[in-house]
Amino acid sequence: MSVPSRENLVLLSGNEAVARGAFEAGVKVASAYPGTPSTEILENFANYEGVYAEWAPNEKVAVEVAIGASMAGVRALSTMKHVGVNVAADPIFTVSYTGVRGGLVIVAADDPEMHSSQNEQDSRHYAVAAKIPMLEPSDSAEALAFTRLAFELSERFDTPFFLRSTTRIAHAKGAVKLGLPVVPPVVPGIVRDPAKWVMLPMNAKRRHVLVEERTQALVEYAETSGINRVEPGSRELGIVTGGVAYQYVKDAFPEASVLKLGMAWPLPEKLIRDFASTVDRLVVVEELDPHIEQHVKALGLEAQGKDLIPICGELDPKIVREGITGVKTALRAPETVPGRPPNLCPGCPHRGLFFVLNKLKAVVSGDIGCYTLAALPPLNGMDLCVCMGASIGAAHGIEKALGKEAHGKVVAVIGDSTFLHSGITGLIDIVYNRGNSTVIILDNHITAMTGAQENPSTGKTLQGEKTHEIDFVALCRAIGVEHVYPVNPHDMAATEEVLRREIAREAPSVVITQAPCVLLPDHRRRVKHVYEVLPDLCVGCKACSKLGCPAIEWVPFTPEDAALAGKKPTQQGMTRINPLMCDGCNQCPPLCKFKAIVGKKS
Amino acid sequence: MTSGNIFLAGVGGQGTLLASELLSEAFLHSGYDVKKSDVHGMAQRGGAVTTHIRFGARVYSPLIEAGTADLLIAFEKMEALRFVHFLAPGGVVVANTQEIQPPSVLRGIEPYPADVEARLRAAAGRVYLVDALSAALALKEVRAVNVALVGAASHFLPLPAEAYEDALRLRLPPKILDVNLAAFRAGRELPASQGGTA
Repeated sequence: MSVPSRENLVLLSGNEAVARGAFEAGVKVASAYPGTPSTEILENFANYEGVYAEWAPNEKVAVEVAIGASMAGVRALSTMKHVGVNVAADPIFTVSYTGVRGGLVIVAADDPEMHSSQNEQDSRHYAVAAKIPMLEPSDSAEALAFTRLAFELSERFDTPFFLRSTTRIAHAKGAVKLGLPVVPPVVPGIVRDPAKWVMLPMNAKRRHVLVEERTQALVEYAETSGINRVEPGSRELGIVTGGVAYQYVKDAFPEASVLKLGMAWPLPEKLIRDFASTVDRLVVVEELDPHIEQHVKALGLEAQGKDLIPICGELDPKIVREGITGVKTALRAPETVPGRPPNLCPGCPHRGLFFVLNKLKAVVSGDIGCYTLAALPPLNGMDLCVCMGASIGAAHGIEKALGKEAHGKVVAVIGDSTFLHSGITGLIDIVYNRGNSTVIILDNHITAMTGAQENPSTGKTLQGEKTHEIDFVALCRAIGVEHVYPVNPHDMAATEEVLRREIAREAPSVVITQAPCVLLPDHRRRVKHVYEVLPDLCVGCKACSKLGCPAIEWVPFTPEDAALAGKKPTQQGMTRINPLMCDGCNQCPPLCKFKAIVGKKS
Repeated sequence: MTSGNIFLAGVGGQGTLLASELLSEAFLHSGYDVKKSDVHGMAQRGGAVTTHIRFGARVYSPLIEAGTADLLIAFEKMEALRFVHFLAPGGVVVANTQEIQPPSVLRGIEPYPADVEARLRAAAGRVYLVDALSAALALKEVRAVNVALVGAASHFLPLPAEAYEDALRLRLPPKILDVNLAAFRAGRELPASQGGTA
């Protein structure tokens, strides 16, 4: 069957385009921790022939792996979401000083609008603070081209490069022309050069001077290379912009003069001054912080920016148009309909655990993962959630702050992948500092929230090889936790019994909930034994609804409906289980006092 | 139609993203510039999912402005109503009659709106409610609902049926290709029963 295809022109997301760009640039080693919106870069890169790609336990390790590969003379990539840059900041600030051998590119994917993040930080500040140049593509085609360019420039200027993306670059798709892979000029192998690679103070002092000289050379590149370009237009309005904001500007003001910055750092002072002198009104349009605007103003130029364009959230053409013209367009108001927030999947093992924690009225110090959704009603199961790995340290802090008052109340919950990312150090702290918090590791054997990635506890690598599978029980024992108890969270009675005992215990303890994520292929392939509600027995008490399972639906009654169904006229409805949704987890039957929920006969 | 905006709305798990891939591929391979944008992450877990598709000679923004969508394809009835303000005057709604209760309705806190169809017709001139779920169930493949919807929506777009079928061949593994081709063709018949024409 022939499929029409325009020559080498394919539809790629920004993430797929970065992966392709890295492959075309000859990258051999890539390391990352999954995080929305960056995850698909490594997932796609891992599929190319002849490359090594891995999930690291966290972003700091991922960058360290890339630094080692670069030192060994191969091109290396590390990718992460914006909050991952915080974790990796330590090696990042120093690899700026060592520079590179093989090209080294760090992708920082920001999430304006916080579609899937706990804060809205702007990674461009890291470029300034770490003195690392940063390229910023404005669509998929540029994502490929800029990735290739970043590797070339990394070697030419002896510096790691940042590539900044945002959700609308990472997950938007556009037409991309594929190129051919190149063979990088650097020859792989160990070249000993401690003065460059060993950052003792005496060496680092010399390197700092080189870093400052490098920035000057990069400014010269930014002025002249064409990566920053002027698109001349009307004299009345000149807009300085970059990233996806450029696209919104082109839609909203097709006639304006535009200075499009492909390089977010360092910025081209002369180019900006020259551009400003050609227009009557200068406006900076950028998402999140006034990074370009502050620089433009520091040059003594008169410009507008965040006084017109919001600092919070994503932009779009309408926001840009209305901000700059000051004229609001009248639109039909959105209809009011019930909200549809995300929810734990039908059959999710976390639901059983949080139902029990709710019953025990535990104070829950939470973490980053699917289970964070248990914070929403009806489980209302979380009292604190800050960042990856923070749940355990925070629980310890609550306990130390309140002493006896907190005892028997506080638990930390953390997923398998998050525990290995940065939770384990918190648990070591509890043991070392004589805490007695209860830590619950929610082991569903996958990194689920980001779309089911392998991790050091799953027994498989990113590229599908079998590997060692961490034994959480043995691991916790090894760091000094005496009380470690695996439970099946679908068995809520047994889980409740263990939790009651462990929360009360005056010693550190770990409870491990073990049940597979329902999205795992093996789980999806199995034969499901679904449940149903026997209508005659349902009294409409809603006890089962408290699980918040998407398969358990509510059928409201009018008094006439109730009479027709042979129910009391006061019964307001009954429960029904959607057979297309039910996963057969068996959490709901024990909740029904009237034994109305039974296994469905097939 | 030389350029246009297609807005897709659905519920996480319904295959909204694959449907948007198929539409985008069909336009790309028919000679258009295309951009599409959707959001992954939290929305995958049963939340509202939206995709923006824009096609034309040259597309800049990957986002559709409210009030400018030519076609709104909804995989769930109420989701059509949630995003109907994205529709341009004279735009078309193709909505699946399937109802999926959101959490507040599941728990009996508020009702699923009874008047979705009437409110849709009041908000948009051309509304086609199609039963893509039954079409998929008839083929014994509940997951083909999304492709049946693409078939129904294709009536209101400028490409020939072959363009979508080629996109299906490009995207789907052989194992599930035939049932999805059948779902597309069954879906394409759906609006006709409601007087829909290209």
